Formats: sequence, structure tokens, C-alpha cells
Amino acid sequence: MNKIEVKNLTKVFGSHPQQGLKRLKNGEAKAEILDKTGMTVGVNQASFEVKAGEFFVIMGLSGSGKSTLIRLVNRLIEPTDGEVLIDGEDIIKMESTELRETRRKRLSMVFQNFGLLPHRTVLDNVAYGLEIQGVDKEKRIKKAEESIIDVGLKGYKDSYPKELSGGMQQRVGLARALANNTDILLMDEAFSALDPIIRKDMQDELLSLQDKLDKTILFITHDLDEALKLGDRIAIMKEGQIVQVGSPEEILENPANEYVSNFVKDVDRSKVLVASHVMKKPEVLMTYKDGPRVAVRKMEEAEASSIFVVDKEKNYKGLLTIDDAIKAYKEEIPLEQVLNTKVQEVLPDTPLHELIGIAAEAKYPLAVIENGKLLGIISRISILSGLVLGKENEEAVTP
Amino acid sequence: MNYFYFPLEEWTNLFVNQWLLPVMGGFFNTISNLLGAFIDAVTNLLIVVPPEIITIVLILLSWKIAGKGIALFTLIGCLYLGSVDLWDPAMQTVAIVVVSTLVSIIIGIPIGILAAISDIIDQIVRPILDFMQTLPSFVYLIPAILLFGLGGVPAVIATFIFATPPAVRMTSLGIKQVPSDVIEASRAFGSTRWQLLIKVQLPLALSTIMAGVNQTIMLALSMAVIASMIGAPGLGSTVLSGISTVNVGLGLAGGLGIVVLAIILDRITQGLGRKA
Repeated sequence: MNKIEVKNLTKVFGSHPQQGLKRLKNGEAKAEILDKTGMTVGVNQASFEVKAGEFFVIMGLSGSGKSTLIRLVNRLIEPTDGEVLIDGEDIIKMESTELRETRRKRLSMVFQNFGLLPHRTVLDNVAYGLEIQGVDKEKRIKKAEESIIDVGLKGYKDSYPKELSGGMQQRVGLARALANNTDILLMDEAFSALDPIIRKDMQDELLSLQDKLDKTILFITHDLDEALKLGDRIAIMKEGQIVQVGSPEEILENPANEYVSNFVKDVDRSKVLVASHVMKKPEVLMTYKDGPRVAVRKMEEAEASSIFVVDKEKNYKGLLTIDDAIKAYKEEIPLEQVLNTKVQEVLPDTPLHELIGIAAEAKYPLAVIENGKLLGIISRISILSGLVLGKENEEAVTP
Repeated sequence: MNYFYFPLEEWTNLFVNQWLLPVMGGFFNTISNLLGAFIDAVTNLLIVVPPEIITIVLILLSWKIAGKGIALFTLIGCLYLGSVDLWDPAMQTVAIVVVSTLVSIIIGIPIGILAAISDIIDQIVRPILDFMQTLPSFVYLIPAILLFGLGGVPAVIATFIFATPPAVRMTSLGIKQVPSDVIEASRAFGSTRWQLLIKVQLPLALSTIMAGVNQTIMLALSMAVIASMIGAPGLGSTVLSGISTVNVGLGLAGGLGIVVLAIILDRITQGLGRKA
């Protein structure tokens, strides 16, 4: 089910927003409306949906309306038109009490400038959401302390925000959002105010927190690299409109228009693509029982000097080279004993830029393995072609 | 320029004599009695408690809030008030300052909050505050006597008019200055209007509000001499009798007493503002 569903959401700032809306529906552009009426179009008929557990990133340059959009989702800004369904309920139609309950129980938000209360300690800041819900002190302190540990701020609970660095303050902001235990996290340029190195740390930690907590995240950023790194899917915004929604690969490989392709052309693909994007289905596999003769023949057919071995359940066993196979044949020893089990193994989500280093030192192709199963193999050629072409090379690369 | 005659004087007198006094007289009497009892209670308390104890309390307070220097000054100031035989008038002045400041705060801060929240209220309150601050105080001393008689009560009323505007303005300013990102965050987490005010806006505006309270106290003190003209007891009346008998020494003694009180009260309330 969709956790968040946004339909035709529009925000026009100005004296006669309904008039602006009409013009938008007639297809007038943002600049035209500003020229003729002086009204600013924040968001122009945006539609998208976010699935439960999805990490959805909205990417756009400043002025593209992304910050307005995220504030329309929890109605910090009143929309001019459209629907925002949270768990199927339209937040736009809610009465103030209902809206408040939704903000308390279903949505929590992390802000670019942290939005921490300077007169409260870290602990009291984190407990704030629970405090205003009337949760009793003992319970909310306990929950807040857990969240503080989750974001790695153990030992800082009695500090004041101004005593902390930017990165740590944003951890407090994140802990405050987590303490409310909502399914949905709205993050408005959450890491944009941080130094690059701290930002990278926060991104990594957010991803690992996401693995653990399985939140639905709506993340706003102006940084394409950040969007590609974090997002399961990305929406690109321009002048209040969503111009493309897709997975990072889709955005990179099939930009919807020139705007998007200009955007993505300088992206460092090695940071976006992962092992599963460039791996090949191993051409030749064999079960143990086949014996050295069959192994040698299969290698001959594939014109390869080695072959990966799996058992009947496709569990990965190791690599057999032609020399070893011949040796096993001549000396009549079982294949298990000559099997090379020291082949480099990588996970399917290992980023390409990490693979480069591993592949450079490896003698044989890399084995992509998840839960003991061999998913595919990666040769140096497939890494290079991935970097250049960006996606799976259809040609078989045999070991 | 007198194209037509505007009988403001007659109308005002008519309004006061025909309506305000006969119709509202009872209402003003009640206020007068309540305030009078309050002033008496505070004055009596300050006079019954031995000066030594009050001095020690003041010294401890200023030490804790404003530091050693001010504590020393408080000691010297209190010794001065005692040694020029002006302790009791000083306490009477303090009583009127305390009562009028309390009234100003109780009425002024909520109005300041409302003015910060609502633009309409802000637009209504602003000219009234300008009026209160710029109208010469003698002008409202006259109706104050008519409505509340002579003594401490009209002094408190006049002081209230003179000293409330900074409390209102600074409260409003303090609340408006609370960073919008903090307010937005609080709203995003589902605060009610009241929770936002109590848990976010007021705590963050507190030091500005305290600066307003400090100004209110200072203005209240500066009103002490003027208010003595309508029979308010205290250091003001000491200065006034110094003026009327051309007794420069008495005038100076009383005037210095007011300065001493002003410095002590100012430093203590400023210190409170800084801590907030």
C-alpha cells in the first residue's frame, strides 16, 4: 500500500491563489503567471506516491519548490489545491485536532536548520514530541534516551544544542523525529547544512538506521549525488513541477528530458552503480557430481579457463580452474579437494567504486554472493563497461 | 486656523462629571479599595520587617543574581538610606513601585502576547501605547485624583499608565523574534497553539520580556516624584517638600535615595533577564 500519495498538489503564493491555479490548469508557465499576476507558483500539480518502507528523494535546485512541497505534505503550508493521502487519509481535509494527531503519530520531520529548542537539553529536545502528546515523563525520557543512543549521541543528553556541532545537532533533530515512532520521516535538506565529511557519515548512518527501523522516508535535497546514494526512487523537480520519477538507474539511463540529462551528465557513476548492476549471469555452472571431465568440457565450450561451482541448491562452492580440473582428472582426486574457495566474494549492493579496488587485485572474476547463493560474477571488463555505459553489458563475459 | 470651535474641554468635563463619576464611581471605588489594601499590605510588610533583614535579603539576592560588586553597592545603599533617616519613605516608594509593576506586568504581558499573535490587536494596541507614553503625565494625574482620590492608589494608576508600554512592547517583540524554524518544528510535531506559546515562544522570549519588566520598574521609579504631587507617600514626597521649602539638602538626600533604589532594582532585574 502507498504510505504517502500526493495527487495534483498545487501551491500558489499570492493574493488570488485560485486565479493562479486556473492559469496553471490552462497550462500557463510559472514565469508567465509571475509576470502577469505577481503570484509565485510554489508547487505545480505535483503527483507521486511513496510506498511503505521506501526511501523517496525529491531532488531539485533552489527555488524548484521542493521545500514547499514537503511542507504541504504535513500541511505546515496550506495547499491551494490537491490531495495528500497519508495511509489513505487526506490530510488536507482534516480538522485541526485530527491534523495534530496525524502530525504527532504518523509524520515526523527533520529540518535543514535543525529547529532545536535552544533552552532545552538534548534529552528534553528529543522528548519534545512525546511531551506535547502528554506521554508521562518516565516513559518519554526512556524513549528519548533510546533514540539518542540510536543516533550515536550517548553521553550528550544533558548538553544544550549550542554546545554541539552542526552534525551533532542534526543527530538530535533526527533523534527527536525517531522518538515519536512514526512510520513516516520527512527530511527537509536534512544534511545540506553539514560539512561534506559529516554529511557522508550522516548519510551512511541514515541508511543503516533505515535498514533497522524500516521507515518510509521522504527526503528533500538539492544534491544529486546525495539523491542517487540515498533514494530507492527519486523525483526530480523543476519550477514547481515533478519532471521525472524513477530509480537512480532509470534517472541516469533514461533522463526524461534535457533538463534531467544535463543534470545527470556529470554524475560519478561509480558511486551510483552497485555490483548487481554490472554482474553477469555465470555462463557455466556445474554441480559437484559432474566430475572433472565434464568440467573441462564445459570450460572448453565456454572458452574459459575457470568455472564457478555450485551445488544442487545453487549454493556457491568455489572456483575451479582448468589446471586444477586436469590435475584432478589425472590424479583421480575428487573435485572438492582442488576447488579454489579463496575467490573474492562481494555483496550485490557493493558500490562500483569499491569493486574497482577489489577487482584490480583479484586474479579471478569476483563472485557476487547473497545468502550463500551465487547471483552472478563480475570481471574487470564488466566494471569498466559499467562505468562507461552505465548498465549491464549484454555480451557474456566468461571467466 | 480656528475655522470652527472644537469643544473638547467642555465635552471632556461633561463626560467625566455627568457619566464617569456618577455611573462608574462605584466601580472605581472598588478598584481603589482593592489597590489601596494591596499597597498598604506591601508597605506594612516592608516597614514591619526590620531594615537589617531586608538589607540582608537584598544583598543575597543581588549577590546571587548580579555579582559581588552590586552586593557591595546594595549594602552601602541600604546603609545610606538608613543613615539619612529615609528608610521608611524608601520602603513606601518600593511598595508603590512593586504594586504598580505587578499591575503593569499582569495586564501588559498578556496584551503583549496577544499583540504578537494577532496583527489586528497589534494595530489597535500600538497607538494606545504611543498615547500612554507621550501624553504628559500631569494630564492623567487630574482624572486619577477625581476617580481614585489622593494617595497611593492614583499614584499606582498613573504609574501603570506611564510604565506599562515597555512591558507590552518588549513582550510582543520578544515573541515575534522567536526564530521561525523553531516554531515550524514545534508545529510539525503537533503542538497546540497553547503548547507552542508556553513551551517555545515564552521561554525563548523571556530575556526580552525581562528587559521590558526592567524598563517598567525604572519608569515606575521615575514616576515616584511626580506621583508624590498627588499625595503618594515615599521618597518623592521628601524631594517635593525639599523643593517647596527650597531645602536643597533634603531634596538631594531624597533624590539620591531614589537613585540608590533605581540602581539596586535595575541590576537585580537585569540579572534576572540575563539568566532567563
